[in-house]
Amino acid sequence: MLDRAIKGSNKYWGWLIFLLVIMSVGFACYLYQFKVGLKITGMSRDVSWGLYISQLTYLVGIAAGGVMVVLPCYLHDYKAFARITVLGEGLAVAAIVMCGLFVMVDLGQVTRMLNIIMYPRPKSILFWDMIVLNIYMALNIVILWNVLAAERKGIHYQKWVKVLIYISIPWAFSIHTVTAFLYAGLPGRHFWLTAIMAPRFLASAFCSGPALLLLICLIVRKVTNFDPGKEQIRTLGSIIAYAFILNIFFFVLELFTAFYSQIPGHMQSIVYLFSGLDGHGELVPWMWAFVFFAILALVLLIVPGTRRKEDTLAVGCVAVIIATWIDKGLGLVIGGFIPNPFDRVFEYWPTTPEVLITLGVWATGFFVLTVLFKIAVSVKEEIAA
Amino acid sequence: MGVDRRQFLKIASLSTLLGIGGKAVFELLAPGELEAAVPLMEGKRWAMVIDMRRMTDEIMDECQKACHSVHNVPNFGDPKVEIKWIWKEEFEHAFPDQENEYVADEVKHRSYLLLCNHCSNPPCCRVCPTGATWQREDGIVMMDWHRCIGCRFCMAGCPYGSRSFNWGDPRKAPKELSPDFPANPEFPTRTKGVVEKCTFCDERLAKGELPVCVEAANKKKEDLLIFGDLADPDSNVRQALRKHFTIRRKPELGTNPNVYYIV
Repeated sequence: MLDRAIKGSNKYWGWLIFLLVIMSVGFACYLYQFKVGLKITGMSRDVSWGLYISQLTYLVGIAAGGVMVVLPCYLHDYKAFARITVLGEGLAVAAIVMCGLFVMVDLGQVTRMLNIIMYPRPKSILFWDMIVLNIYMALNIVILWNVLAAERKGIHYQKWVKVLIYISIPWAFSIHTVTAFLYAGLPGRHFWLTAIMAPRFLASAFCSGPALLLLICLIVRKVTNFDPGKEQIRTLGSIIAYAFILNIFFFVLELFTAFYSQIPGHMQSIVYLFSGLDGHGELVPWMWAFVFFAILALVLLIVPGTRRKEDTLAVGCVAVIIATWIDKGLGLVIGGFIPNPFDRVFEYWPTTPEVLITLGVWATGFFVLTVLFKIAVSVKEEIAA
Repeated sequence: MGVDRRQFLKIASLSTLLGIGGKAVFELLAPGELEAAVPLMEGKRWAMVIDMRRMTDEIMDECQKACHSVHNVPNFGDPKVEIKWIWKEEFEHAFPDQENEYVADEVKHRSYLLLCNHCSNPPCCRVCPTGATWQREDGIVMMDWHRCIGCRFCMAGCPYGSRSFNWGDPRKAPKELSPDFPANPEFPTRTKGVVEKCTFCDERLAKGELPVCVEAANKKKEDLLIFGDLADPDSNVRQALRKHFTIRRKPELGTNPNVYYIV
């Protein structure tokens, strides 16, 4: 089946070359960072994680979101989704490739990376995050490949694949729970020290992942002969709507606890994000953009007329992706470091090379995604023909 | 280590025979150590008590100078990438949890000497994925700069801001700010991309010497920094804690910090 990846139209190749260019620019910047160190980024003693780790956090969500097509299909026997489960799994694989790369570009001593395996420390959540993410990726690759191969031959996939599928469903929940635990167990980081972190992560995963998948389905329909299906898109729309409402609900719960209790530690990061602290407010416009896109998404997803119409639903999905990205891919990680342990505000803003490396990793993810989807869609076109 | 102790005892007994007298030799060999009662290689829970009432800004600067020079800590002159093992901080920033609206002027307006708290329950060791930072049996929170992968999880985990990351090569620090870097050829310099912090001068304790900040401060005023074993009820630190009211940084987090401040 791999040969499908190297037979494509000019448009397909053009897109891949475009991604390769971005990847090369990112890689060149990374070589520079590798040589001189992480001082080329905007990170500091006070905000010691930045864009890289926040992208990791966001993309674990995208990866976990893939389960929102797998779960209804296999646990609720919702047959319509059988058509697009491989797409959900492909998205998960691409997202985890990006997660791995974001961890690697963030490490100060990447050549010592294997120390995590050679000197494993089960008390460290990072150790477990590495384990669950790698296994989730392996599960998805094996499942995707076998289901697709069986589909191509017109046979039912083997029984052991089904076992793996059943394992992969709770596993998707585990990856984002463990990722939330990276943050939610640190003493002295009040913004992160909240039991609702994991549910909030999952809710945001289950809207942002399917929203991205829905948009990609619409693109697939446009550029290929494979139609993911009207019903499938409509059901995805409902899933996104529920998950996004939950996501915003959980966020409002955080606001209540912080501002009704009036405990400074709980309020400060939120105040910093939405109105600035001690005269610093770099993220304020971003967070209000989050509010704007969240409201837009809520309206477009809740009103049945706009949710059922594909073009307004697509706009709603774009709004979901922007809102969840600002919330989790920017505000959550950076906000947690502000104020610092000395109750001082030191801000963070990514530098140009840092942004280019980030874009390079994203481009790599989309490269993997394109190739996987090309293979999957080619097989599906072949069956249909 | 054994050789050091044996030598110590040999010199002590020899000099007693010669009639020089015990205490003077003890003071000579390891100043200020007599009250510690436990040899510096045998503590079970090292701790520091800092007498802030008699402390001055100049002495704190001396402590930092001594520490940073002995441990080859570069000065970049930029708070963003700053590396510090021991430093000064104002009251409200050193103790942000002390929300007293009105504090005695002298407490509020002086600086405090901060360093790694060598917590008995250190979150940094809990989160480290490789064991590059770990706790010794005597409580010292150590760093292995050869194992650290630079993930900076420990920096997110430490509620005291005691950890610094080498954002760049320490040898590239501006010469005008770090003219004699690396000042101590016997102590390793670090590479870029690893985390570092105070280790209670484990390399000096192994030789029976007090931490260099303690030595620097006590040269100026006796018993300004008291270093000893909390596990020994008769130790200098326990005596100091019995005698004076002390506070610790953010004890409510359950980290059980081992640096105490007499205020």
